[in-house]
Amino acid sequence: MTSDKFISIEGIAKRYEGTRSTTIFENLWLGMARGEFVCVIGHSGCGKTTVLNILAGLDAPSEGVVVVDGQAIEGPSLDRAVIFQSHALLPWRTVLGNVAYAVSSKWRKWDRAKVKAHALKYIELVGLAGSEHKRPSELSGGMKQRVGIARALSITPKIMLMDEPFSALDALTRGTLQDEVRRICVETGQTVFMITHDVDEAIYLADKIVLMTNGPGAVLAEIVENPLPKDRLRGDLHRHPLYYALRNHIIDFLVSRSKTFVAETPDHDPRKVPVVKIGRTEPTIVASKPADSDAPQAAAR
Amino acid sequence: MTTSLRLRAAVVSIVLLAVFLGAWHIATRSTGAAANMSPEYAKLMGMTATQGKSAMPGPLDVGAKLWEHLKRPFYDNGPNDKGLGIQLAYSIGRVMLGYLIAVAIAIPLGFLIGMSPLISKALDPFIQILKPISPLAWMPLALYTIKDSSLSAIFVIFICSVWPMLINTAFGVASVRKEWINVARTLEVGNFRRAFTVILPAAAPTILTGMRISIGIAWLVIVAAEMLVGGTGIGYFVWNEWNNLSITNVIIAILLIGVVGMVLDQLLARVSRLVTFPE
Ligand SMILES: Nc1ncnc2c1ncn2[C@@H]1O[C@H](COP(=O)(O)OP(=O)(O)O)[C@@H](O)[C@H]1O
Ligand SMILES: [Mg+2]
Repeated sequence: MTSDKFISIEGIAKRYEGTRSTTIFENLWLGMARGEFVCVIGHSGCGKTTVLNILAGLDAPSEGVVVVDGQAIEGPSLDRAVIFQSHALLPWRTVLGNVAYAVSSKWRKWDRAKVKAHALKYIELVGLAGSEHKRPSELSGGMKQRVGIARALSITPKIMLMDEPFSALDALTRGTLQDEVRRICVETGQTVFMITHDVDEAIYLADKIVLMTNGPGAVLAEIVENPLPKDRLRGDLHRHPLYYALRNHIIDFLVSRSKTFVAETPDHDPRKVPVVKIGRTEPTIVASKPADSDAPQAAAR
Repeated sequence: MTTSLRLRAAVVSIVLLAVFLGAWHIATRSTGAAANMSPEYAKLMGMTATQGKSAMPGPLDVGAKLWEHLKRPFYDNGPNDKGLGIQLAYSIGRVMLGYLIAVAIAIPLGFLIGMSPLISKALDPFIQILKPISPLAWMPLALYTIKDSSLSAIFVIFICSVWPMLINTAFGVASVRKEWINVARTLEVGNFRRAFTVILPAAAPTILTGMRISIGIAWLVIVAAEMLVGGTGIGYFVWNEWNNLSITNVIIAILLIGVVGMVLDQLLARVSRLVTFPE
């Protein structure tokens, strides 16, 4: 039914059985178009990483499927690159070795020289030319994450999955890396699914911001469309007339509605997550919702 | 700063050695030791005792004898009189053989145990029971079944060095960081390649620690094993020289056992440094 979507999460659930079995989330639906940059925001422990791991194929859902490019995913794939929160570099390999490992995994028949040239191209792309023979222990946190990005990009994936990639970095480094990720993704038209805690990061990078309520039993509450122009600059975000409305809407969700959403919205249809457009005056729900009961809520701010 | 620390430590080491040698020399030089001895014992101990010289050789005696040995380490005058080099070579050969067999079995098996929780649980009781058995307790059984003293010694070396390597390999493999495994999984790296490119390098430091413990134990055990089985080897040499009442040779053998043990340990320490990665 969602064949127009490049990625389609169709009714997935994750349960942990045990003495006290818990449902992290269930009946979760989300579609993403090709070339779209989607950020998921939600509180710690709500299940964001679990969703990402299911998308990556590292974890299997208890129910439901994820369809990517018309195919249900059955495990990890070179088409879906993951940028890990903890960078996950192999410490016994150099920068070049780490990227080359990915390159030679994708193109098994390439010879050394070709693998090296390809890897170097991506090391250069993330601004690490000259450091290719360093080991991860000799790099700063920001540089390590750059290597992780180079490794993910080097296999030219169809989708990039990023789990709070910049959360361990200082503000300055984070800003530079955001700029670079945005530049690369806009240039290459990457489809990106990214988890973040940082509202400004989401506003800067994402086309759509998915708001996830607190777990257990987390749901996707809203999909907020980013009203800012595609050619936005990080330093100019706050000058945009809709910036504060957008920011307030998200923060309001994180502060209060993420806790109360499920109880206050009994008729929430997880298959039709409301799409919210931030207007000049107030946010309005524009799609797929019996709007009567919920419009005031989305507009509460 | 560090060089001066090293220098000062070396000076202290030399001073300690000098003090020890000096004390040893003075203690063994001469006394009325003969007076306190029963006549039979004095007779047994021979000239040195009856002449009032200590039965314990002094450092100069040991040094002179050591020099003699070092000059011709590989002479062979029949079964009871071989150069120290030959005896040590026998011992090292046995240790290496038993140890390498242990490596060949412990590392693959440890991999299996580390990768498979089922095998790990299934083998655990056996390992727990076999591990604390003194290697020498196997000796009679080995002699009875293998019927060859030298092979029995090798078996004993094998059985004592296999456990630390097995356990460390299993532990190292089982505790490879999940994120490194996930990197390999997202890159669709096959099981075989993953074992060699991720798990082995990640577990190598732990495995090497096990190998280092094992070689130490193997070297400890070979001396005892050779005392039991006899024939050749440094352990047999010690026992033989004790029967000859040549305390000088016993002391020299002790010294050499220590030196060889240290060299073996240092070799593995060096390999260990090669595979250790900073995080
Ligand atoms: N093996 C497990 N057993 C039980 N609960 C788990 C397990 N792994 C994760 N969880 C729970 O799943 C929830 C979602 O985790 P996660 O996806 O990492 O959250 P997030 O990334 O949003 O912070 C958490 O509340 C966590 O406690
Ligand atoms: Mg997380």
